[in-house]
Amino acid sequence: MDSNGFFGNWGGAYIPEVLHQTFQELKKEYDRCRKDPAFWQEYLTLMSTYSCRPTPLTYAENLTRHFGGAQIYIKREDLNHTGAHKANNVMGQGLLVKRMGKKRVIAETGAGQHGMATATMAAKFGLDCTIYMGEEDVMRQRPNVFWMEKMGATVVPVTDGSRTLKDAINEAFRDWVTNVDDTHYVFGTACGPAPFPEMVAWFQSIIGIEAAEQIIQYHHKMPKRVYACVGGGSNAMGIFKRFLDEDGIELVGVEAGGHGAESGAHAIRLSSPDASPGVAQGYKTMFLQDDDGQMKLTHSVAAGLDYVGVSPILSDHWENKRVRFESATDTEVMQALDLTMRLEGIIPALESSHAFAGAFREVGQLSKDDAIIINQSGRGDKDIFTIAHAFEDPSWKKFIIDRGREYSNS
Amino acid sequence: MKLEQQLRNKLKEKDILLMTHIVLGYPSLDVNREIIRQMVGNGVDCIEMQIPFSEPMADGPVILKANQDALATGTKVEDCFQFAAEMARTHEIPFLFMTYYNIIFKYGEEAFIKRAAEIGIHGFIIPDLPPEMGKTFLALADKYNLALILIYAPTSTDARMEELDRHANGFIYCVARRGVTGKKSAFDHDFDNYLARCRAATQLPLAVGFGIQSKEDIDALRGKADMAVIGSRTIQLVETEGAEAVGPFIAGLR
Repeated sequence: MDSNGFFGNWGGAYIPEVLHQTFQELKKEYDRCRKDPAFWQEYLTLMSTYSCRPTPLTYAENLTRHFGGAQIYIKREDLNHTGAHKANNVMGQGLLVKRMGKKRVIAETGAGQHGMATATMAAKFGLDCTIYMGEEDVMRQRPNVFWMEKMGATVVPVTDGSRTLKDAINEAFRDWVTNVDDTHYVFGTACGPAPFPEMVAWFQSIIGIEAAEQIIQYHHKMPKRVYACVGGGSNAMGIFKRFLDEDGIELVGVEAGGHGAESGAHAIRLSSPDASPGVAQGYKTMFLQDDDGQMKLTHSVAAGLDYVGVSPILSDHWENKRVRFESATDTEVMQALDLTMRLEGIIPALESSHAFAGAFREVGQLSKDDAIIINQSGRGDKDIFTIAHAFEDPSWKKFIIDRGREYSNS
Repeated sequence: MKLEQQLRNKLKEKDILLMTHIVLGYPSLDVNREIIRQMVGNGVDCIEMQIPFSEPMADGPVILKANQDALATGTKVEDCFQFAAEMARTHEIPFLFMTYYNIIFKYGEEAFIKRAAEIGIHGFIIPDLPPEMGKTFLALADKYNLALILIYAPTSTDARMEELDRHANGFIYCVARRGVTGKKSAFDHDFDNYLARCRAATQLPLAVGFGIQSKEDIDALRGKADMAVIGSRTIQLVETEGAEAVGPFIAGLR
């Protein structure tokens, strides 16, 4: 990252003047923490005592046998406290907030995992917490909303625009410019104005650091490929960062293909011609936008990938061809999820299932001596309503109707 | 004539100038035309015309909704240019484009600035383009003799204000408080101190915006600021009472 927050042609800090001073303070504190080994140690201790780190690397024996290609390993970020990699970033920023002496945190959330992680951190550190969430996502992710509220957070449904993640981000910025003195915005992914992309990627790099050690321990050599889903890109950057300088390891980001690249209803920013360079929400990256520069509506079965931009760090790696980008449709994702549940007894989140779908497409072509790692960024329990609906499960539907009837009669 | 000089000429006749804000295409360009006619006819000195953007991060609910509605009814950047050209031809006062950087970036910086200059626009307000990010924009604006209006906020330090002043042109837009557009500001002792810091940091005229809604607010700025900016209030007025209510409202502010 250069001094203006750019990764090659991407990034920067396109922020309203009222936030200038806050960003200066944030950058200063972050730089201080980065250079202080004691801070990282404090972070590691917190994550190992509060969030089940290191998370395991699971050898997926049955999936490996099924595809007959490279050995499949799964990095289990779903086993983090609150069920996703989001905890890594949030607890790191929580330590920063404590140092900066702010009393309140705000966050935006798509799938609800980042909101839930932020609400957890706020409860642990005794901070006031407000979570902005698109109204559409509130409906899709009700279980997470329930938990956020139970942990003391205020969840604000955002009714503007597409009522998804990008609108929640805009609303969180509006809160921040109003309450800048005592509030920290816990940005949820490796996007937004500098230093957020780098800072979030730094906290998430713990994933790749652990995975590299673990794969050497089990497989005795580095993996051939590493797969991660890409919404904003924080879990992808988290696992990729450690492997970026390792020659011969292919890094593959899998975006949300939604109803298909041709349908217009997707969230493919780096592997589709529908996206182009732009500047919004404080940073420069590839956005899904029209010829006038207006952001387009996106679609994905996975709320956490349903985002119009992508990490500027990933845009840089896309441009310099260090990371290959693919996409998986909603249908492929459901098939990959189904197979993983049946063969391994593991329930990946719909977001993570994109990485599985991307890997399953290719793993059979690789040698049995090779290994791949799939980053399972989160667990699928939160998606039970969406998954049961997509599988058209009759007994689940009956359960919902019965429960609804019970409530309406009470 | 450069924007600063135009404002200074007007300040010889008035103790405080008025700048108003409209969102192009909201509720329609026809209504915009009527609103501007009423504004100019009742003594507005400068108008910022907002080219709508899908992600207006610095705007509050009133202007946010106006942006979304303008886009929903199909307002394009090209429509905004054509309308702005007509307004600049029709009325004597300076017009500014207010928008977010992506609109300009996508159009092409030089193409956008060159065309704005050709149609008679005097400058730009771009809330998400601090000078650090706008080096090429600043150079091009200078080349075409247009002003990129820079913004002071209550959170700006004295050093930051001086830094901004080094790049500033036309006038300085002083945001009256933390937050987004459209909410009432308190013009109290802290505000006076802030405005005094603004005045000390620059020789350029000072415009004050965010939360200015009434004659009392403007009276409170007399002698302290050079221009008052009315934003969300006229949009609300058009919604509740129609475009014809804008003229009497503006006339009543003096």
